[in-house]
Amino acid sequence: MFDPMGAPPALWHNGPTPGGFYNFPAIQTRPSEPITHSKSPVTTATSVIALAYDKGVVIAGDLLASYGSLARYKNCPRILKVNENILLGASGDYADFQYIKSFIEQKIIDEECIGDNIKLKPKSLYCWLTRVMYQRRSKFDPFWNNIIVAGIQDGEPFLGQVDKLGTAYTDRAICTGYAAHIVLPIIRDFLDKNPNPTQAEAKALVLKCMEVLYYRDARSFSKFQIGIMDKEAGSSIEGPLTCEENWEIALVAKN
Amino acid sequence: MSSIGTGYDLSASQFSPDGRVFQVEYAMKAVENSGTVIGLKGTDGIVLAAEKLILSKLHEPNTNRRIYNVDRNIGMAFSGLIADARQIVEIARKEAANYRAQYGVSIPLKYLNDRVSMYMHAYTLYSAVRPYGCSVILASYEDKEPNMYLIDPSGVSYGYYGCATGKAKQSAKTEIEKLKLGQMTCRELAKEAAKIIYTVHDELKDKNFELELSWVCQESDGYHVRVPDSVYADAEKAAKQAMEADSESDTEDM
Repeated sequence: MFDPMGAPPALWHNGPTPGGFYNFPAIQTRPSEPITHSKSPVTTATSVIALAYDKGVVIAGDLLASYGSLARYKNCPRILKVNENILLGASGDYADFQYIKSFIEQKIIDEECIGDNIKLKPKSLYCWLTRVMYQRRSKFDPFWNNIIVAGIQDGEPFLGQVDKLGTAYTDRAICTGYAAHIVLPIIRDFLDKNPNPTQAEAKALVLKCMEVLYYRDARSFSKFQIGIMDKEAGSSIEGPLTCEENWEIALVAKN
Repeated sequence: MSSIGTGYDLSASQFSPDGRVFQVEYAMKAVENSGTVIGLKGTDGIVLAAEKLILSKLHEPNTNRRIYNVDRNIGMAFSGLIADARQIVEIARKEAANYRAQYGVSIPLKYLNDRVSMYMHAYTLYSAVRPYGCSVILASYEDKEPNMYLIDPSGVSYGYYGCATGKAKQSAKTEIEKLKLGQMTCRELAKEAAKIIYTVHDELKDKNFELELSWVCQESDGYHVRVPDSVYADAEKAAKQAMEADSESDTEDM
């Protein structure tokens, strides 16, 4: 990028210097520095829960970012409103999430600048993210995240998940991390009995799931955010909300 | 012209004996051939207006825009060669994105103006390139403060309360000077801007034109957008009325 304080950029380059010998494009015989990659995430965030209801989607994630088992940062929001059509949530490496967030936000600004009032749709972002994630895994330097794209497209609620390998799927209910093991069965059970929940039912279920998760997942936290996108009411991100907690049972279960 | 045939106008990297760079002056001539563009700073924001000359009846409306977005809160209007100016728009957008990636906030217009004007200036320094044939107006509304700069092909830029460039910049400036810029709101200025564009338009030389109006102000929540249809219609109506009143008083004089 052009640095106003430094030398002006080369305006005429890539050609032979007048009166000089032609330099073949520099062929590197050996790399100057070994290429390094991170092999595991550092500051991690735990599960995200997302559920589609008849007229929209609900997505929730807590506010904790951990160093391994150490609860390091307790105010790290990771539910993001991308635009009027899209909510996004991510678990995994928080720094990678912040980086992804910054370039998604820039992408939205670039599209706003075009000025045609066409807004990015969830399926497009979901598809694009699969390419981004797959490209990074192919460089052996993946973004260490599970990303859930939630939104409404053509009047239909949409949920899609992409993982760090670029593997992706869509579903009516999606959970990442530990919640995929412990919460998803609860949600599926609920959906079997009530295939088209209302917003209130869906929200109540997600709140319940956040509570279950807080009791069961040692990397979770009682403060969380919940994002709702509704066909009629638009979208909002609520929080921080707090789980009701009661550890009386711990006395019974000692030793 | 004094420059022709002397050989001093062949390169942007050579001065003439009397200390001028003719290539840059030619670039300014290119700007003077295109439609007038003005920017007005009000108490609560900035209004940009452009006279887009329509060269062919076959053109669709709203194409070949003269006002662009650079960032959410930054607008750019230009006069001169459209293709040149679009490259400046690209550069400005890149600079804005780069600043955001580095610092996490949108670029203050002061810095964007520095970067874009230095970029345009760089193109007046080398024999292998030609200067940009456009002048651009940058406008923003940041922290309740309106800012506006005009950059010339030479890379010179100043901050303005009201500025004009293009074909009728002189008469437009005279009109702007009549306004009390420090006390007017953007809603009022939108009308005034439309009036100015209509009055300075030369019907004899250029038949058709399209008025472009955008603003970045409190009413647009600090976003740079084209003015809403109702504001546009009001402004255009006010401008046409003013034109009619003008021509009536002209006939009375006779």
